[in-house]
Amino acid sequence: MVANILINGAITGGIYALLALGFSLIFGVAKIINLAHTAFYMVAAYFIFTFAHLLGLSAPLSAIVSIIITTAIGVGTYKLVIERIREHETTVLMITIALALVFQEAMLLAFGSHFRSAPSFVSGHVELLGVSVTIQHILTFGVVLACLFGIWMLLSKSKLGIAIRAVAQDREIANLVGINVNTICLITMALAVALAAVAGAMVAPIFVIQPHMWMHPLIMVLAVVVLGGLGSLKGSFAAAFILGYTETLVVFLLPMGSFIKAAVALAVMVAVLLIRPEGLFGVAFEEERL
Amino acid sequence: MRRGVVALLIVCLVAVALIPGCQPTSEGTIKIGVIGPMTFIQGEQHWYGAKMAADEINEAGGVVVGNVTMPIELVKIDSNEMLSVPDAATAMEKAITVDKVDFLVGGFRTEAVLPMQDIAMDHHKIFLGCGAADRVLCERVAEDYDKYKYWFRITPVNDALLGTICYLNLFNVINVVKDELGIEKPKVALLMEKAAIGDNLVGHSHHLVPAMNVELIEEAWRPSPTATDVTAELSAIKDSGAHIILTYFSGPAGIVYAKQWGELEIPAASVGINVEAQKSGFWDATGGKGNYDTSLNVYNPIEQTDKSIPFFNKFVEETGEFPTYTAGTYDALYILKDAIERAGTLDPDAIVTELENTDYHGAGGRMVFMSTETGVPHDITWGPGYVTGIGTQWRDGELLCVWPPVDGSWNGVVYEGTVAYELPPWVIDYWEAK
Repeated sequence: MVANILINGAITGGIYALLALGFSLIFGVAKIINLAHTAFYMVAAYFIFTFAHLLGLSAPLSAIVSIIITTAIGVGTYKLVIERIREHETTVLMITIALALVFQEAMLLAFGSHFRSAPSFVSGHVELLGVSVTIQHILTFGVVLACLFGIWMLLSKSKLGIAIRAVAQDREIANLVGINVNTICLITMALAVALAAVAGAMVAPIFVIQPHMWMHPLIMVLAVVVLGGLGSLKGSFAAAFILGYTETLVVFLLPMGSFIKAAVALAVMVAVLLIRPEGLFGVAFEEERL
Repeated sequence: MRRGVVALLIVCLVAVALIPGCQPTSEGTIKIGVIGPMTFIQGEQHWYGAKMAADEINEAGGVVVGNVTMPIELVKIDSNEMLSVPDAATAMEKAITVDKVDFLVGGFRTEAVLPMQDIAMDHHKIFLGCGAADRVLCERVAEDYDKYKYWFRITPVNDALLGTICYLNLFNVINVVKDELGIEKPKVALLMEKAAIGDNLVGHSHHLVPAMNVELIEEAWRPSPTATDVTAELSAIKDSGAHIILTYFSGPAGIVYAKQWGELEIPAASVGINVEAQKSGFWDATGGKGNYDTSLNVYNPIEQTDKSIPFFNKFVEETGEFPTYTAGTYDALYILKDAIERAGTLDPDAIVTELENTDYHGAGGRMVFMSTETGVPHDITWGPGYVTGIGTQWRDGELLCVWPPVDGSWNGVVYEGTVAYELPPWVIDYWEAK
């Protein structure tokens, strides 16, 4: 049972981490709470379904094209809608949730409410420590690690990453030293949407594609980033695995209650926040963010 | 000035509403409201089934009411009940008061059908249920016959009987496991989503399953109806040493389950209720991983009556989908037509009397309504010689009927076209290697 919990918890946590990464990134840099984040994940999943099933492209090619198109839609949405109201946090919340609903209704109109599925990149399963795991789950976990490593390298080793961190720390000072804050925010938005699209591409073959598929992940993503500390990437990563392991523990230790696994995970979040309101890696005051 | 314009507008609207010519009228036609969640497959199938029957009846001349022949006019009513129960009540009210329908067929979720039923009964409108399974809908007829007598359930059989069919299917699989794997007392795990019918099935399972000379794993796994990943549950079931999984899934979690069960090659046969596995899209939705999943069902190209195969084939030809139980609106319209013709009038009380005398061989079996003595009057009768339900198994992209068993071991009932249940090959390999 221990091996089961270790492996299944890591896989669940990995999926949450991949979804939360982009959300946390755009909040950390542009202070945008993008409630349409998981809607982009849903849009990417539908594109994969379209390219793979309706146009007959291979699963990897469908995923690449979907990620590019979804990122373009995300950038367009940012330029047309979010950028203009970026400074008004409450308005951003309302507009992004409205955008998510628009995407949902658009998918409902285009594809109906039928449940769809995308092909796996690799089918089959392997035995790890006596536990059966699908190769798609392992691939997803690998992509999570690769994305995290890629983002860490970008932020810590590249000029663009330094500029992104500078904007995240103090937008005015960054502006004064010649960084184009608007461009950095746009690039970060593109990165965040691309990460959501990657998440969509990876989990589309695991989950069921349907117009309401963005809602539950949004709740979990919000829980992950709040628990980890808003805007903290390492916090989101740690929180994703805390919630993933909590859910898995509930399934194994309390089978009759497996339907409340998400609620138990959220209760853990509440308990942690009562002790540490700023989250695991959050800052109580903005000046502490370094 | 502004107030005056608003007042004038209101007066105009009221005047328009009161002019008889502006109201929809059912004069010369029999208006039947088809009510269901029309943006979901359940509602779509309500509509397809009703439309097929209405087209056939109209092509044959219509419904003979006394000395007059009247065509059927269908009205599509979106109850939106999957997303909002209050919307369903509003839709029913509109269907009766604005669209002026004479009869109603459809409904899906019990919690939405209950208020819809009340509204229809208040207006003395005959409502033929084609989706909600809860016994309470017919118990109401027993409790207050004068009010609820206009309600009849066409499909599915009530939830208690659904459970019975589910256990009969399980018994069939248990026998195969015992015979083919040589296991004297197989272990059965319950994997049932957290829903009212799932609660009932879990409760009944603790009494009924051990009586089948099997070992029931005490703890049931109860994922959410909207679960997106059940690998942890499946890992735990594999860990428990179960040979059979008895399932209940009413929605998308059923696709996730079947896909992951097949992909992980969980060494336990899967049988029970998986509503998604009744649909033609199941094979593609699971990427073929739902192979060997077995579920209770209603329609299949097998000879339940002489109408079953023609109905199934025509439905597939016209819609590209397999009919699921909400397509029972097809039989509902024919039952209603026959009752109207026997009554010779559109008077609802006279038609109720004739509906109670129904003995109709429909696509879903021989349909007779239960009497008041059963405690669930106007419910559809289940049993050998009546509607029985069936068990179907996916095999290499085909949905095959596997229950009632092909050897006639259930009261001698065998439908032509039925095949024997087959265990998934990975289950056989796993237990033979043990």
